[in-house]
Amino acid sequence: MIAQIFEEACTNCATCVTVCPTLVLEEGAKTPVIARADACQTCYMCEVYCPSAAIYVAPDQFARESGPFPLAAANLGVIRHDHGWDRPGEGDHLAVYGRLGPLLGEGVEIATRRYARDFGEAPGRGAIPVPAG
Amino acid sequence: MNTDVLIIGGGMAATWAAIAAVEGGASVVIVDKGYVGTSGVTATGGPNHWWVAPDKALRREAIERQTAKAHGLGDPEWMARIIDLTWRYLPTLAPFYPFGGDGKGGTYYSGVRGSEYMRALRDYALSVGVVILDHHPALELLADQEGRIVGARGHALRGRQDWEIRAGATILATGGVAFRSGLLGSHTNTGDGALMAAEAGAQLSGMEFGPSWSISPAWASTRTLPYTAARYFDAAGSELNIPPPRTGHLHNQALGRALLAGEVFADLSEAPDELKPILHRIQPLTPAPFVRRGLDPFRDRFPVKLFGEGTIRGTGGLRLIDADCRTSVRGLFAVGDAATRELVAGAASGGGAVNAAWALSSGRIAGAAAAREGQARQRAPAAIRLGKVGLHPEAEVRSLDLGAANARINHEIHDYDRALWRREATLKQTTLTLDTLWRDLSRHGHATGADLVRLRETVAMTANARWSTAAALARKESRGLHERFDYQDTDPRLATRLLVSGLDTVRVTAENSQLEPA
Repeated sequence: MIAQIFEEACTNCATCVTVCPTLVLEEGAKTPVIARADACQTCYMCEVYCPSAAIYVAPDQFARESGPFPLAAANLGVIRHDHGWDRPGEGDHLAVYGRLGPLLGEGVEIATRRYARDFGEAPGRGAIPVPAG
Repeated sequence: MNTDVLIIGGGMAATWAAIAAVEGGASVVIVDKGYVGTSGVTATGGPNHWWVAPDKALRREAIERQTAKAHGLGDPEWMARIIDLTWRYLPTLAPFYPFGGDGKGGTYYSGVRGSEYMRALRDYALSVGVVILDHHPALELLADQEGRIVGARGHALRGRQDWEIRAGATILATGGVAFRSGLLGSHTNTGDGALMAAEAGAQLSGMEFGPSWSISPAWASTRTLPYTAARYFDAAGSELNIPPPRTGHLHNQALGRALLAGEVFADLSEAPDELKPILHRIQPLTPAPFVRRGLDPFRDRFPVKLFGEGTIRGTGGLRLIDADCRTSVRGLFAVGDAATRELVAGAASGGGAVNAAWALSSGRIAGAAAAREGQARQRAPAAIRLGKVGLHPEAEVRSLDLGAANARINHEIHDYDRALWRREATLKQTTLTLDTLWRDLSRHGHATGADLVRLRETVAMTANARWSTAAALARKESRGLHERFDYQDTDPRLATRLLVSGLDTVRVTAENSQLEPA
């Protein structure tokens, strides 16, 4: 869930208020205010859109974590950077994007070969009984 | 406010529909519950589109393969249409999306990253004059005296004002329903469009085909790219016998059974070596839940769970009655995951490539048709408000615990025991539980403003859960994503779509009435 907006970095442009799909934030005097953390779905879109690397979303999506966040400093702006959105023209951040499909498939092949080696043939449909019964 | 075409929802199908409707000469308004660009499951995802070059033999083969995967419920003509529309229109996004090379001197179009894709679709829509109203959830549809849909009403969350928009044609693009499972990006996917359409009398189809599942760290839903080669261990460190992902339902059952028995840990160290250094460049969000806990996903073992996907990678949604994506209610269209995807995916998951091509194509098709219809219609003078549960309680108003209700609905749909071993006894229990919840909401639910938006989300999820359960009970066989533990075989007599409708009373009928479910 969204954890903290760093006042030193925030320009109070309120982009995060606008782009949050669940309207977690409200405009505030110095920085936007986290008004409805319970609606945060931990989608990191506020970080992607924040032009000044001022927002830290903590990794647990089910519970609000309380600070301090020792790993925040090293992570501010990283997701936006990995999207390429922090530089003019956005660089070549999508250059390896086409590898997604082949690498998904390669993982499936690895699992299939390993299972045959370690466990043999997969059981047939219906072989796994109802857990409760 | 008045417009030729009103589009409810703000994902890929909504924006493609809006662009097509403007090209057809219509004025277009999109109202989205969130922000067009970040709302819904596309923004955090990476849709791959069904991509087949315009070569007769290639396309025929692709359609034959997909027809076989559809378990008797697909429609080859629809498949041909969406292949063609996707091929023609995805490249039109080039001024707004940084398509890269395919490594063979051409352009790589078919797979796009969701955050850039949705940003591009927003920019494209705005550039052609679409009016986008963010944070404007719709609450109910409006009809004229003949029952034709003439617009919608809702609430502007930031302005804290109710809105009403009259339209010549209305398109529902509200996405699938994730039942608040926590699936990445799905918080807004509560099935609002289906509820509103059902209040107007619309039918749904294919609601029994699902759910599918995403494996993720137990504390955060991610994309599944790094997990396909995973090994799994119990809390004592013994490796679990989990049949590989290719076994589909069996893989999920083995994981579900282990998760019901205790914690399950994933080991991703055998993921493809090529992936490890570039995961963050392909999917920048995927490493975050690990890195921010001081973990290395490819070295450290970590607890996992299966996140249910509701109807999102299933195929159920509003039934379409013609080639223009009309629902069974006049003046009302449905597109993307809000519509049934059985036409192109049949009983199988449309996840992977078909659903994205469907979202684009159904959007284009409905946008063009709604533009024609919306411009031709005179605006109705009077409108009837169709919303019921949450707006007009039948008994005394009570405050209802929506958090508890949402958790209950998610449990009924996604509890591993119930969902992965679907059987009559538990489906009937679920029916009773959801019927009781529906009755409570009908009798006592009432709110206004943002509270009403939340209440109507719970109402919508309850309705969608009841339709899914009723269809799952009625289909006494296994077919595609619908796996019944008590009816494991496919019954050739049930090669028909099941239609569900109704709110207080849910009805299931076979589309082909000669093939009635037993």
